[in-house]
Amino acid sequence: MRFSPYDTGGFYDEMFDDAGAPRPQAQLLIDTIEGLSDGQLLRYQRAADRLLLQMGITFNVYGDSAGTEKIFPFDLIPRIVPAHEWERIERGLRQRIHALNEFIEDIYHDQKILRDNVIPREMILSAASYRPQCHGLNPPRRVWCHITGTDLVRDRDGEYYVLEDNLRVPSGVSYVIENREVMKRIFPKVFEGLPVRPVDDYPSRLLETLESIAHRQAASPRVVLLTPGIYNSAYFEHSFLAQQMGVQLVEGRDLTVIAGDGVYMRTTKGPERVDVIYRRIDDDFLDPQAFRADSLLGVPGLMAAYREGRVSLANAPGNGVADDKAVYAYVPDMIRYYEGADPILPNVPTFLCWRDADRQHVLANLERLVVKSANEAGGYGMLVGPHSTQEQREDFAARIAANPRNYVAQPTLGLSRAPAIVEDHPEGRHIDLRPYVLYGRDIYVLPGGLTRVALRRGSLVVNSSQGGGSKDTWVLAEPARAEAEALR
Amino acid sequence: MIPSRPLLGRVADSIYWMARYIERAENVARFVGVNLHLTLDLGSSEENQWQPIVDVTGDARVFRERFAEATQETVVEFLALDAADPNSMFSCILAARENARSVRETISSEMWEQVNALYLLVKEARGRLTPDALPGYFHDVRMACDQFQGVTDSTMSHNEAWRFIGLGRSLERADKTTRLVDVKYFILLPALSDVGTPYDEIQWAAVLKSVSGFEMYRKRHGRISPSRVVDFLLFDNEFPRAVRYASGQADGCLHAITGTPAGAFSCASEQRLGMLKSELDFGRVDVILAEGLHEFLDGLQVKLNKIDEGVAGDFFGRRPAVQGTAV
Repeated sequence: MRFSPYDTGGFYDEMFDDAGAPRPQAQLLIDTIEGLSDGQLLRYQRAADRLLLQMGITFNVYGDSAGTEKIFPFDLIPRIVPAHEWERIERGLRQRIHALNEFIEDIYHDQKILRDNVIPREMILSAASYRPQCHGLNPPRRVWCHITGTDLVRDRDGEYYVLEDNLRVPSGVSYVIENREVMKRIFPKVFEGLPVRPVDDYPSRLLETLESIAHRQAASPRVVLLTPGIYNSAYFEHSFLAQQMGVQLVEGRDLTVIAGDGVYMRTTKGPERVDVIYRRIDDDFLDPQAFRADSLLGVPGLMAAYREGRVSLANAPGNGVADDKAVYAYVPDMIRYYEGADPILPNVPTFLCWRDADRQHVLANLERLVVKSANEAGGYGMLVGPHSTQEQREDFAARIAANPRNYVAQPTLGLSRAPAIVEDHPEGRHIDLRPYVLYGRDIYVLPGGLTRVALRRGSLVVNSSQGGGSKDTWVLAEPARAEAEALR
Repeated sequence: MIPSRPLLGRVADSIYWMARYIERAENVARFVGVNLHLTLDLGSSEENQWQPIVDVTGDARVFRERFAEATQETVVEFLALDAADPNSMFSCILAARENARSVRETISSEMWEQVNALYLLVKEARGRLTPDALPGYFHDVRMACDQFQGVTDSTMSHNEAWRFIGLGRSLERADKTTRLVDVKYFILLPALSDVGTPYDEIQWAAVLKSVSGFEMYRKRHGRISPSRVVDFLLFDNEFPRAVRYASGQADGCLHAITGTPAGAFSCASEQRLGMLKSELDFGRVDVILAEGLHEFLDGLQVKLNKIDEGVAGDFFGRRPAVQGTAV
């Protein structure tokens, strides 16, 4: 398969520079792909799709009563991140996660950052994800965001920007590991000569992180993963991570809280004590006694046990306050406030509709901006101005006027692109990058991440629910590190 | 020593049902596959070869509500392909996969891939099966089910969860064999004039083949006789699908789960299964035939159901969320 003629379309392309020449880190990959016999890459692509189906790596489509399962489309051409770019991303993420964690700890204790007027108090207290129930809580090691999946994007200038922090229950890491597995099984030759950093030790790191926050440190702590169940769209990931870590996958109905004692799971031989719960359920559904009373997924009394230090939860309830899309605009200020340094990774410039001047600007420029609801994810509750209709813009204008706190707007970025296989040839498609960060004893950044690709021509929305797919993401090692890793 | 990992009641429940559904699907595939062959051998015999197949499953009433007559087409549709009937082979495979999906972290990846391959096999064949393709199709399904058993035994630790697989599989086997004997014996016996004829041989061979037991029977008993076939299917202590052997296997699994010594019991299911096992260990086919085979088989089925209820009460706490879901 030939890349030329390949049109970068005026965007930053991950494989080719503006003049259409291969970027240095991509040269070998391009040579390998172009060296394949006719139709071979397409055969590999079909084999990969088949393999994903056989491995049952599928997700459930919400709102589809037939319970349809789909594979998350996988594009065989990997995305390469050179070592020097990754080094900066990793430093930037460490700095950002550390600051965000300090912020959450502060908000649920002294609120110094509010008293010092760095962030308006009203902005925080009005966040839908702010949980007054969490005041005064002291999670082990003062860590609130154990697992983060930060969304990064690159604009036309090639600069990496943080788009969203995803502190609550980020998903997708299983695809990082399985994509690499599929790639190795289908197209092993493509790795030749490139020092690609491994991603498969993530489950061990995750288990280490979870065990590190147990209250009972002497004995071997019992970790479980709490899932909403097999109909959840991320169920594959829940079972995959539980299996890889060798921990129990539990549902709310498997757990019971004995007041004044602890959390137990129901086994064939009676109740067994649980120390750490990696919960993949939103705060709202975690405990009907503390949050939404109608939740059937949660465990009654869990928050009380957590508050009394009888069980650890990851991520810590309440941490979504830093995930609000309006609060996001203040993260650079948090970094300066808590870290005493400028942010290494910049934010996307963000207009907050509750500020009069910002709102007027947003309403006057809807057709050029991306408008987001402060508390929704998955590409829902979003207006992409340049691709919108007059009717949609009017709808959003009314929503903004009715609830300005709940809306933010950002310039429409010219997201970077990478070649993806479209029918029988490579075409540029917009991508993003979600690296995963673990915070236990210290902060660990998985060398890789989920590259999501908007497979529809011209689309900027990479979410799986909106026609997105993914790519294997190769973080290259420095030559010295490559040698060390080869010796492991 | 590190104590073995405790098993969630819900997980034990799902894994037990996963095993039962796989076994149930395999039985349907075998019954129907054998009958396809049998009809070729018997040619245009007046006897309806398909009605008994429906009777064996115990769903004859449901069948009558939907189909006028038991023909190859209607029975294959009902037992194998139907998505609306929770006991069809297709529905069983779907239910096995749904249960496997909910315990994916407990079983091995290889097991999951195998049950998923079985699912893809039947899903992709739907609506595309011509009558010519049916024998090959049922053979493939059987082999895929057998592969699942092999993959299970060689990739999963023989731990508590694995014993629940053995328990579910063995109880399902015992139950299906009692039904087969019950239906077939009374259809075949009245034709006393046929005893010893090729026709009779073919029919009884088909019964044995329906439990993959023809060759093993030959090695054990040689010539075919109705009472020896019944003896073999009920009381053999070596053949996997004999009721006695399967019950013994189930009993062994249950004792391994509870840790109770053989010959003793610690819970309702164990006590009931122990009594059933003794009855089979000390039973005699001539006595049973003289006293009434049907009553005996009926009693076995009731006891097997009570054991199933006991297992649920003793270990699961509740029924699984997924049982025989349709598409």
